[in-house]
Amino acid sequence: MHAIKTVELVKQYKNITAVDKLDLEIREGELFSLLGVNGAGKTTTIKMLSCLTMPTDGDAVVGGYSITKESEQVKRLIGVSPQETAVAPNLSVKENLELICGIHGFSKEKTKLKIREFSERFGLDTVLQRKAGKLSGGYARRVSIAMALISEPQILFLDEPTLGLDVIARHELWETISSLKGNVTIILTTHYMEEAEALSDRIGIMKNGKLLAQGTVKELNERAGTNDFEATFVSIVKEGAV
Amino acid sequence: MRMMTFAKRCTKEILRDPINLGFGLGFPLVLLLLLSALQTNIPVSLFEIDTLTPGITVFGLSFVTLFSATLVAKDRESALLQRLYTTPLTYFDFIMGYMLPLLPIALGQTLICYLVAIPLGLTLSVNIVYAVIGMIPMVVFNISLGLLCGSVLGVKQVGGICGALLTNLSAWLSGVWFDLSLVGGFFEKIANALPFVHAVEMEKALFSGNFDLVAAHVLPILLYSVTITAIAMLCFLRQMKKQ
Ligand SMILES: Nc1ncnc2c1ncn2[C@@H]1O[C@H](COP(=O)(O)OP(=O)(O)O)[C@@H](O)[C@H]1O
Ligand SMILES: [Mg+2]
Repeated sequence: MHAIKTVELVKQYKNITAVDKLDLEIREGELFSLLGVNGAGKTTTIKMLSCLTMPTDGDAVVGGYSITKESEQVKRLIGVSPQETAVAPNLSVKENLELICGIHGFSKEKTKLKIREFSERFGLDTVLQRKAGKLSGGYARRVSIAMALISEPQILFLDEPTLGLDVIARHELWETISSLKGNVTIILTTHYMEEAEALSDRIGIMKNGKLLAQGTVKELNERAGTNDFEATFVSIVKEGAV
Repeated sequence: MRMMTFAKRCTKEILRDPINLGFGLGFPLVLLLLLSALQTNIPVSLFEIDTLTPGITVFGLSFVTLFSATLVAKDRESALLQRLYTTPLTYFDFIMGYMLPLLPIALGQTLICYLVAIPLGLTLSVNIVYAVIGMIPMVVFNISLGLLCGSVLGVKQVGGICGALLTNLSAWLSGVWFDLSLVGGFFEKIANALPFVHAVEMEKALFSGNFDLVAAHVLPILLYSVTITAIAMLCFLRQMKKQ
């Protein structure tokens, strides 16, 4: 069964086609990375799949529901961590997590349990009472991701989760993301090759709104005839230009 | 439940901003104190506390517009709204979640103005209660105007338009500082076409117990209130769809 299947998904902005007839199939429980340089159309794809923006053409099925006709159902199944850190600045970390639990209709007891579980899992114990707007980049990003996950989504979207983080914070976050694998389907976007390589079950390479190739690191390396993923990426993206 | 969760968050966000409280409550009260002190030192009756206070309460509401506009504009500029648009919160939840918390805050502000005016010599009567309740349509107008501005403007523009322009408009065109009929002409016509002077006159009428004067003033306020709320809802929907 597919967690996500897109059919000729198109997003047209005035004079640019941000996403161009995208056909994606993402399996349940896998971590799928959309890899591409800036402007490839990754964020736009995530925005359409998370019902934030309507496709110009085509459709996608997310968790069994159409993003164009059944957005209400889709929104109940997904968790989204937007490219920019998205927290309520004047609320404490705990209140931010409570906000999401409340929106998803969790009981008081369940909210309490979830917050305890998540502050441990994301290493937030020490900052739970701090205002989210006052956190460092690494902590703010972790809160932002925890907010996407605390609602127990079946499908999790992480848009450039480690953008702007230092090396240590990035590696810590990778560990956290790896620990989530298996339970939820994760769609992650990134322009860091090593990030896609380290975390993904499968990778889709995007350029100019089009999907150039998809597969495991091994499959993609074989296709490009190299055993270095960076070389593979460069070769596939260059090939796509011709 | 969903909506109340969001409304609670908006309440916290507003009440935890010290600038909000400083301006929203501090500024009207300082004006009240200053002008009533001025009145005790001049021979003519310019700012009698019984007519001044209703005017100040209406002026104070322009800060409520600033709060609601700032909150919405800030949320739009941060990625928070983007996140919330991908949750089960509906359009209706957002509108109510933004508007509801400001209603008690605004009415509280009005009430505090009246209460502070009592030791300054305000006539104490049950009419204060009517004056506070009667403010509701004007409060809705001010909140909706904020929602409207916040939906179409950025944080900086909101500061200029709601913070500077609107507070001045509501002050100059409200008839609090000078009798509009003395200026007359075009200026008076504009003032009468806007809701501020009507709100002040209605508050004065409610406070002084001249209830028969209320109807003429409440109608334009209601008209503005309903129209601006409808436009605000459309603008919010438009920016929500335009993501
Ligand atoms: N709201 C928008 N209006 C117009 N163009 C947009 C908008 N959002 C994105 N784009 C354009 O669409 C293309 C893809 O953007 P995006 O999906 O953000 O890429 P990525 O996330 O891969 O960096 C870019 O050329 C970008 O300029
Ligand atoms: Mg992006």
